[in-house]
Amino acid sequence: MQSFLDSWGITSMVFVPLLGAFIMMLIPEKEEELHKTIAFLATIVSAAIGILLLRNFDYDHTELFQFGVDRSWIDVINARYTVGLDGMSLPLVALTLLVTPLVIIYSWNHIPEPGNAKAFLMLILVLHTGMLGTFVARDLVLFFVFFEVVLLPMYFMIGVWGGEQRLYASIKFFLYTLFGSALMLVSFLALYKLTGAETFDIVRLSELVAEKGIPLSTQVLVFGGMFMGFGIKVPMFPFHTWLPDAHTQAPTQGSVILAAVLLKLGTYGFIRIALPILPAAAVEWAPWIGLLAVIGIIYGALGCLAQTDMKRLIAFSSVAHMGYVMLGIATLTDFGINAAIFGMVAHGLITGMLFFVAGSVKERYHTLEIARLGGLLVQAPKLGWILGITTMASLGLPGLAGFWGEFPVILASYDPAPGLSDTLFRVYMVIAAIGTVLAAGYLLWLLQRTAFGTPSEEFKNDPNIHDTVFTEWVAWVPMLILIVVLGFVPSLIFDVTDGPVQLISDMFVNGVDGSALGE
Amino acid sequence: MSILASLAPAIAQTTEFVRPAIDWHAFAPELVLLAWGALVTVIDLIGGERTRRFMPSLTGIGFLLAMIPVLTLWSQNDDLPRVLFDGAYMVDHYSLVLKGIFLVSAYVIVLLSSNYMAEGDYYDAEYYQLIAASVLGMLVMTSARDLISIFIALELMSIPAYLMAAWRKSDLKSNEAGLKYMLMGVFASGILLYGMSLLYGAAADTRLVEIADAIDTGETTPIFTLGVLFTIIGFAFKVSAVPFHTWAPDTYEGAPTPLTAFLAVASKAGGFVALVSVVLFAFPHQWEIAEPVMWILSALTMTVGNLIALRQTNIVRMLAYSGIAQAGYMLAPLAVYSKVPDLAQSSIVTYLLIYAAMNLGAFAVVIIAARKTRSGDIESYGGMFRYAPGITVAMTVFLFSLTGIPPMGGWFAKFQIFNALLSAETTAATVLAIIAAVNSVIAAYYYLAIAKQMWFLPAPDGDHSPIVVPPALMAAVAITVIVTIATGSVGVGLVGDATDFVELLASP
Repeated sequence: MQSFLDSWGITSMVFVPLLGAFIMMLIPEKEEELHKTIAFLATIVSAAIGILLLRNFDYDHTELFQFGVDRSWIDVINARYTVGLDGMSLPLVALTLLVTPLVIIYSWNHIPEPGNAKAFLMLILVLHTGMLGTFVARDLVLFFVFFEVVLLPMYFMIGVWGGEQRLYASIKFFLYTLFGSALMLVSFLALYKLTGAETFDIVRLSELVAEKGIPLSTQVLVFGGMFMGFGIKVPMFPFHTWLPDAHTQAPTQGSVILAAVLLKLGTYGFIRIALPILPAAAVEWAPWIGLLAVIGIIYGALGCLAQTDMKRLIAFSSVAHMGYVMLGIATLTDFGINAAIFGMVAHGLITGMLFFVAGSVKERYHTLEIARLGGLLVQAPKLGWILGITTMASLGLPGLAGFWGEFPVILASYDPAPGLSDTLFRVYMVIAAIGTVLAAGYLLWLLQRTAFGTPSEEFKNDPNIHDTVFTEWVAWVPMLILIVVLGFVPSLIFDVTDGPVQLISDMFVNGVDGSALGE
Repeated sequence: MSILASLAPAIAQTTEFVRPAIDWHAFAPELVLLAWGALVTVIDLIGGERTRRFMPSLTGIGFLLAMIPVLTLWSQNDDLPRVLFDGAYMVDHYSLVLKGIFLVSAYVIVLLSSNYMAEGDYYDAEYYQLIAASVLGMLVMTSARDLISIFIALELMSIPAYLMAAWRKSDLKSNEAGLKYMLMGVFASGILLYGMSLLYGAAADTRLVEIADAIDTGETTPIFTLGVLFTIIGFAFKVSAVPFHTWAPDTYEGAPTPLTAFLAVASKAGGFVALVSVVLFAFPHQWEIAEPVMWILSALTMTVGNLIALRQTNIVRMLAYSGIAQAGYMLAPLAVYSKVPDLAQSSIVTYLLIYAAMNLGAFAVVIIAARKTRSGDIESYGGMFRYAPGITVAMTVFLFSLTGIPPMGGWFAKFQIFNALLSAETTAATVLAIIAAVNSVIAAYYYLAIAKQMWFLPAPDGDHSPIVVPPALMAAVAITVIVTIATGSVGVGLVGDATDFVELLASP
């Protein structure tokens, strides 16, 4: 068993969904039930392998890449098929493995218009492979390939199964991210050349950059290319404008995956690639990243207050939440980055949940216009309560998962890594703290306008409005449980991530001296 | 009289002709194709109408037969490079990979042509003979290392294409296509020949390496500079680089679509091969003249091609402009060839290989779609996902490959271009890399516009009857889809190995 996991574990976990999609390709479209079963089984098998990996993971050495595989792939450019799992990728892999099967369960009787379960589920499976692959890749070229694979299915999900403005939203999503990743690729190549064209291995590159003494000005430029690639994906202010459109127009399943996993590809890129490989440039960039992060927090919150559409509001709240994650990363401290990873998982669960609820509301009321909703607690009390718990989690109530993504970030900003201005980050800290108040404001206001009160005349006697159904329960309960459990036992994640995060933060503890690099 | 008398000793000398030793094996791909082409022509003469329907299959078999010596030569790795005719002709990894690309592309083009030619009112037997002749020119081109053999290969490749572009002879547009193509082609040949004559005048030899050796100081006379410029401009017409591209869209639109595929893929690749050979082998020391020209041509070609492609409503014209833009990417490594000659050459060949697969595939889908819609409007592709999901997915694969999205091959092609540019480590090259990166995003917009029509929008006339795809076209799509996906995922290592010419400039 151990030998299977060591040599094939990660690979099979990543590619089983793709195999499922391939099998589905050969089955005619009208066998809908069969398609749903195959898609579900593929994600479950993938998740089962994932659970085995998690059980056999050596939690005493989270900083090491485990179950690593290293095979030749493109010899001419020294790109290799190198994958591995460490404490930083593990929570995100687990999140992905959890969310996708739940999305497929939810799809059982929620295939959006215009139907075609076969194509819809195949795209979800391809997406699954792309996301998992990104989190386990240890080679920059491999990372890039998986990072891009994710684009295609999401583009089609928004474009085919999306709302009114789906054409605009899908192309906007695609072009924004493509622009970022084109520059990111140029950066990766520049890095490869600067370090002597030996390898694309992330760990090795990190050592080589330190050895070769690459001028700081060059490093800052290379970091800039990566910043565009990852920053657009996060998305950071001012590159966030694709997100509200994509979220609003995407089908529920698409929004959930987008919020829960896709946005994390960007933040994960920062901590996996940009920070460890270019620490000196990271110190230069951190104040700016922090600035954009806090602008994102406030702007996202103000944006939320102005929204009239529930889904769009949740989308803007994502901008704010990802602002906290980026602020945590910008502190370059152990505490901040750990909190950022926690924030990614928490945001994945909570905002994923919010989009699920929004999807179900839309299905019942055929609208998400906040002004027309109201009295959800009367008409569908269970759904209303779930919305209530999730908004509480989202605004960072202690005892629920959201708290551990925000509060430690604010604390960490008090004392950023050496080389960063304490004053500046304390200003950021205050702004971020104000952001939490605003968050409470827009989320409670949302809850008040949709769940409280009495149902409007329009929907009072609508027979279509019913409470939660079985597939919804199955899809949601695991996420709700995790939101509560992680809220009470945050060490479940902190213990795992701390090892690899220590490795990164150690780079900054004594201050990275840019001038020594031959500026 | 006196002139003749003075020439007499010279004539007497040359009559003692000694045949050069010919490496028949190294020359076998060309000979097989030549012999087979002649055989097919004879069969057509004798058989007439009775043998007509076998012509596509026979021609296709000819291309596959010519593949055999290519493979055997490749397998005898240690004997490469093989030199013939005193260095005027060379068989190395570079030429063998290209021969493979040309033969397989030609095979796919025969698959694309068979139904189109059989169903219309065309001379179909002659069409295949001309294709074979043109491909023979391409095979010669890959190995030509001499100005004269390059020129002959170029004309052998182009003249049949002039004829075929006007093949729909009752259609004015096709006549326009053929005439424009021929006039522009002849004009370009004139410029090219003038440049070549200047080169010969300066170097007193037609072999590329000898030209390089003759002027290896990098000090150039105005005559030589003009020679370099005219030669490059002559080829720039052939590869439809901006501002010498104006013939391409009209010719592409008017010509029969399978022939358009041939022009856009094989013919363009032939021009590139000539350009790469001349620049790399003959001008290694003249990079100060050639590189800036290439930089400008490349930046202009990709930007202008993309911007005009954005506005096209006809799919063939759009593919024509997208092909111009793609040529811009392929020109980019030549802007840094002095710094990284190996990588410049191998990245262009990589691009040609992957470009051939994805572009031929896109044309295959255009031909298939036109069988139902009888239209080249991008709007007529609406709703295809509903009634022809397989074709839609295939087209999507090609479009995303052209955009450069993994796991389709296009990303590796672009990657290698970036790789070559950034390896040069100059500011100019980095700027060109960034221009290319931005351009690939612009290009995404119009490629996605087609995907959008097919997936997201309804059929314009509400006609949801399925498309009947004949087996030959199905095979063409299958081959190109497999190659396009394989070259970007599992097979990308193989592509890298095949195009990695370490001993590139090994001169005879």
